[in-house]
Amino acid sequence: MKTNGGAALIKALEMEGVEVVFGLPGGAILPVYDPIIESPIRHILVRHEQGAGHMAQGYAQSTGRPGVAIVTSGPAATNIVTPLCDAYMDSTPMVVITGQVAFSAIGTDAFQEADTVGITRGVTKHNELIARAEDIPLIVRQAFHIATTGRPGPVLLDVPKNIVDPTNPDSALDWYWPTDEEVAASLPGYKPTIKGHPRKIKQAAKFIMEADRPVIYAGGGILKARAAEELRELAEMTNTPVVTTLMARGAFPDDHPLCLGMPGMHGNYTAVTAMQRSDLLIALGSRFDDRITGRLDGFAPGAKVIHVDIDPAELGKVRVPDVPIVGDARLIIVEIIRELRKLRDGGSELPDITDWRSTVSGWQEKYPLTYEQSEPGALLKPQYVLEQLRERAPQDCIVASGVGQHQMWTSQYWEFRHPYTWINSGGLGTMGFAVPAAIGAKVGRPDRMVWAVDGDGCFQMTAQELVTATTERIPVKVAILNNAYLGMVRQWQEMFYEERYSEVYLSPDLPDYVKWAEAMGCMALRVESPEEVGPAIDKANAVNDRPVVLEFRTDASEKVFPMVPSGLTNDHVMVDPSQEDPK
Amino acid sequence: MSHPTHPRHHVLSVLVQNRSGVLARVASLFARRGYNIYSLAVAPTDDESLSRITIVVDVETAPLEQVVKQLHKLINVIKISELDPLDSVERELMLLTVKAPAGKRSEILELLGLFEGNVLDVGHDEITVSMDDDPERLDDLENLLMPYGIIDVQRTGRVALPRLEHTRP
Ligand SMILES: Cc1ncc(C[n+]2csc(CCOP(=O)(O)OP(=O)(O)O)c2C)c(N)n1
Ligand SMILES: [Mg+2]
Repeated sequence: MKTNGGAALIKALEMEGVEVVFGLPGGAILPVYDPIIESPIRHILVRHEQGAGHMAQGYAQSTGRPGVAIVTSGPAATNIVTPLCDAYMDSTPMVVITGQVAFSAIGTDAFQEADTVGITRGVTKHNELIARAEDIPLIVRQAFHIATTGRPGPVLLDVPKNIVDPTNPDSALDWYWPTDEEVAASLPGYKPTIKGHPRKIKQAAKFIMEADRPVIYAGGGILKARAAEELRELAEMTNTPVVTTLMARGAFPDDHPLCLGMPGMHGNYTAVTAMQRSDLLIALGSRFDDRITGRLDGFAPGAKVIHVDIDPAELGKVRVPDVPIVGDARLIIVEIIRELRKLRDGGSELPDITDWRSTVSGWQEKYPLTYEQSEPGALLKPQYVLEQLRERAPQDCIVASGVGQHQMWTSQYWEFRHPYTWINSGGLGTMGFAVPAAIGAKVGRPDRMVWAVDGDGCFQMTAQELVTATTERIPVKVAILNNAYLGMVRQWQEMFYEERYSEVYLSPDLPDYVKWAEAMGCMALRVESPEEVGPAIDKANAVNDRPVVLEFRTDASEKVFPMVPSGLTNDHVMVDPSQEDPK
Repeated sequence: MSHPTHPRHHVLSVLVQNRSGVLARVASLFARRGYNIYSLAVAPTDDESLSRITIVVDVETAPLEQVVKQLHKLINVIKISELDPLDSVERELMLLTVKAPAGKRSEILELLGLFEGNVLDVGHDEITVSMDDDPERLDDLENLLMPYGIIDVQRTGRVALPRLEHTRP
């Protein structure tokens, strides 16, 4: 069948099962937009290309399917660099298509020309400038294959205008659709290791059989591998406590007796300390990020490490593991469980870790997450708002967050019960992530309630996507924790810069968030006192025909605790001041 | 400049798909970490769809392992081997223009003869010679010609292959 590059590109997306794309057209990508009119693919017109990228991420994180964004060349391509980098850091499967000037004009500083492939090389799993129309079907298939297999990540395809413009002879091609085998053969350098090495798995099982103070350190890889069930089976079988990193919240239910919650700089005391005192860390799809380890040379000094990751470059990158296992976390957990069963059936017994469990629960009792309720008439406590949001939302509600204090409180106070209910920017820490990511999540999971918990600073970076949400009838809900500050930076200035506040004040009233949200077609309410919190949330939860924005006026002096100050080891957890031992 | 047999120098032989942008991907992994590429040689292999990149880098062993793992992650990289200088054969080509007024020319030619180099071009009072050999032998010739006044040196960077088994396995 004779076709042209533009039609072939859209058809290839359809063949890949793409149901929705997020984007915004422009000169170089015009020919690709024309066939979108006839395509069953839903196109969501964003207000800024950064929004398209984060929406694709939210979609991908909530569904497990790759998110797709289409934007034009030059400034549009540069606008989507942040989401690409974000997706790269958080291993989010995503395919981004950018327009490019005609092949013959590349390198001439043509209008809206940017070296997109050069600019995005370091922030994509792979990128490709498509030279010929006939390459389109194969390269699109490769892109989806690369984005979704192995360690997932973003792939960018840069598409010169001449190969998609039907009036240009360069765009002519005979349609074909490569088989899986052809795709694999075209990528001789790409063969992710899936199955774990049997000897290493045996060794891991042996370590588990010998551990007295084991901790499972579950990372985002558990969710990528869709291994939540298997993780639970392993934890329950061995009675091992589980910490879930910021990227893994929801991978293990927070209400499970073995769940210790989030470790790291703002993790809870028990999660941090259990890792620190453990004699065996079972790292599953986690990467020993500096926000988790604190000062590295004092991190979990007595622990042996089993490290399971699909990316061989993660093993030994930060901490040298005693048992490195490359492969898919789900398959490897299954194998480890099988090996443990074998050992048990052979008469070996799992060690008795009752003492360890009771030490851990001692910490939990002594150092729960805590905050003090606000005095009557005073500003709201953000933690209270989060507790109320959580309590009034369905169990499987999806929550997205921005970056800052509100993000940490959301991760701490939202009791996660299900995988894929937490959408956040972990590795890159991108302010402005919440609103577009929540929109993407709601598009992917229209059956679920979706809340974005956002900071006032973050909200101002990407709020315009609520126009997209209203227009496209995507009824997300946004809770702004308005503390009138770039709160997380303010916290560091208060604690580590002698309360010298440099450029962190934003103002509670400017902008007027309620008017702004209403202007964007949302229902909006301002909430100032504790007794208004619950009713306002209930009202928001009852709205289903448009986006809702609740602005909560929160106390700027509230700080995120616990905290391990940067540069110190995880032995130095600063707990909430009310829990400090009297000296 | 440190000598290329310095212990921090490593020779990587990287087999890649022969297509646009691949060299930039490989090079940028080193650049990102601030590692200097000491020399680089690239050419297609007997299979035209593949190229071999031979890279000499000046890095400690531990960070190099990390870079090698990252290189493996590049979709267009097919195989990487680190070549131990003791277990590989290496060659490099050098072109060198040196001052050679009539009175000095025979001395220079004699030296060149000892190194089994060739004369490529003879000018009024300079000559251009070539030599391919072990990189260290090229250094030697370069050093010996230095006093005559070197005008230009162009070296290709080393290429290497593993040594073969000399006994029946
Ligand atoms: C794009 C971007 N710029 C700057 C930062 C640095 N930063 C981290 S948190 C933060 C403050 C965020 O303020 P706000 O959204 O109001 O959240 P809060 O901490 O007050 O809850 C800043 C500026 C960042 N993470 N991302
Ligand atoms: Mg704020």
